[in-house]
Amino acid sequence: MNRPVFMKGNEAMAEAALLAGCRYYFGYPITPQNEVPAYMSRRMPEVGGVFLQAESEVAAINMVFGAAVAGARAMTSSSSPGISLKQEGISYMAGCELPGVIVNIVRGGPGLGNISPSQADYWQSTRGGGHGDYRTLVLAPHTVNEMVELTMDAFDLADLYRNPVLVLADGLLGQMMEMVRFPDPIEQRKTGLLRGRDLPPQDWTLTGCQGRSPRLIRSLLMKPGALEEHNFHLEKKYALIEREETKAEEIDCEDADIILTAYGTSARIAKSAQIMLGEQGIKAGIFRPITLWPFPYNRLAELARRVDRFLVIEMSLGQFIEDVQLAVAREKSLKQVKIGLLARPGGGVPTPEEIAARAREVLP
Amino acid sequence: MSLKPIFTRTPGLKTTPTSYCPGCGHGVAHRLMAEAIVELGARGRTIAVAPVGCAVYGYDYWNFDTTEAAHGRTPAVATAIKRVLPDRMVISYQGDGDLASIGLAEIMHAANRGERITVIFINNTNYGMTGGQMAPTTLAGQITTTTPYGRNVDETGHPLKIAELLAALPGVKYSARGALHKPGLIRKAKSYILNALKIQEANLGFSIVELLSSCPANWGLTPVKAVEHLEKVMTPVFPLGVFKDETPGQEG
Ligand SMILES: Cc1ncc(C[n+]2csc(CCOP(=O)(O)OP(=O)(O)O)c2C)c(N)n1
Repeated sequence: MNRPVFMKGNEAMAEAALLAGCRYYFGYPITPQNEVPAYMSRRMPEVGGVFLQAESEVAAINMVFGAAVAGARAMTSSSSPGISLKQEGISYMAGCELPGVIVNIVRGGPGLGNISPSQADYWQSTRGGGHGDYRTLVLAPHTVNEMVELTMDAFDLADLYRNPVLVLADGLLGQMMEMVRFPDPIEQRKTGLLRGRDLPPQDWTLTGCQGRSPRLIRSLLMKPGALEEHNFHLEKKYALIEREETKAEEIDCEDADIILTAYGTSARIAKSAQIMLGEQGIKAGIFRPITLWPFPYNRLAELARRVDRFLVIEMSLGQFIEDVQLAVAREKSLKQVKIGLLARPGGGVPTPEEIAARAREVLP
Repeated sequence: MSLKPIFTRTPGLKTTPTSYCPGCGHGVAHRLMAEAIVELGARGRTIAVAPVGCAVYGYDYWNFDTTEAAHGRTPAVATAIKRVLPDRMVISYQGDGDLASIGLAEIMHAANRGERITVIFINNTNYGMTGGQMAPTTLAGQITTTTPYGRNVDETGHPLKIAELLAALPGVKYSARGALHKPGLIRKAKSYILNALKIQEANLGFSIVELLSSCPANWGLTPVKAVEHLEKVMTPVFPLGVFKDETPGQEG
């Protein structure tokens, strides 16, 4: 039995990584995620792991690359400007099919922006971020407890698909303290996103060629047709991930007058707005994607058959809404539905009152 | 009567012919590195990190585990491999654009941390793979595709002397510069590589061997003229020798 503890999001996430068997952490300081490296620097020596403060985010992601090459569970964390610097490395990891977990505690942008909570890295996270045709799984927790579970799951999914996995949160979740219960790792593998599936053997890692022929890890494929073939192979993997891993939370969506659609911090606040709207006699549902890629297009499209009012709440300037529109458009012309947007960019955080007021405007 | 083999192809290399230009030093460097690894009995526990550059296909020739790395990030990748597998031999093979320009932060910090890795650094005074642009090691006055009037050191800086620079760091236990244009020097270069790998084997710290290597195609010289250029023009700027050797019993 694991007793619940009161803990800060960033630290809980770091502890979750350790529970998941991560023994290599590489990072570079940036607010609002500094608790992660601080926590790791203290805990890694206790568990016989390695904490290394890298010379830059660029070095840190390439260290994750190296640790993955050698077959270890490794993680880096950063915030938006640092994540931009990691993109080349993430693209290489995707190309080389290497697992790894990257945590982004998003802050306001563009540029140095500010350190307030933000969701402005949505496109960067879900549309690639780096160069080339590739995908990264993106997990978006909305509570500290969920940060723990999804971080643990992230390592399993990374190993399952040999693909980098991004955990996307923000300064609000990273800095807040909440009660969390650390699951037993074996239990989590059964009840979490891995759903009890076996992880594939690591028959590709570089450990020295003693007793076997030499192995090679690369993304460079110059032979005519070789890269196209590799990319089609990746496409198959991505299609499988879309089929198997899409996940969303739904509350009272089936007979809702309006569905509040949001992820992470915005969804958390939308839940308060839902209660507020209920008290005003408005049936509002909550649709909260937990995986941002793969995005739950199909389920949202299904709901759009019955519901024709949506309010998208995002702490960015209309990035997330594009996926909602893409989903709804699978079922209905966008002329038949009304999709309102409450966008708070640049570190603004919506209030439940604001959301409820905007929802009433979207309703007939 | 049985014949005793006194020379064989090293099992450290595959039989694939290299695709390097005539007179290029990469093939020689590959062989020295492979021979040294085999002589230390380390082929089965070696993990090499191949560069972005002309030697990007190193894995087609080396007969041991190899990974690619992004341009210049080779030491960061090697650092993590070694941290995960401390008893393996980890080698970072890098060109002068890779190491001395885009990857300067990674090499300085890996060296300064005293990572137990060995770096083989090919100095051919230009970016070979991309067609012969100026590198940080380009000689004063040298013509490259991006210094058509010759390198003006007042505007673009002076040739960076990596072996000397890194020797100054406490984490670096071995730093030497060899050359690949004469049989005697090639043998010496191999002894440097062996020493550097032994430093890693003994878990002492970071080791680097810089190798002056000719690039006739991009220098616009015949292989024979390129060797003369390396001898007469390059070595006065990049002196050969051992700049640091902290092998126990070798100090001083
Ligand atoms: C980020 C990035 N920038 C630029 C390049 C293009 N590029 C490929 S090889 C190379 C230069 C390699 O030169 P060097 O390291 O001196 O090795 P050489 O080819 O001379 O052996 C460059 C700039 C790249 N692959 N990635």
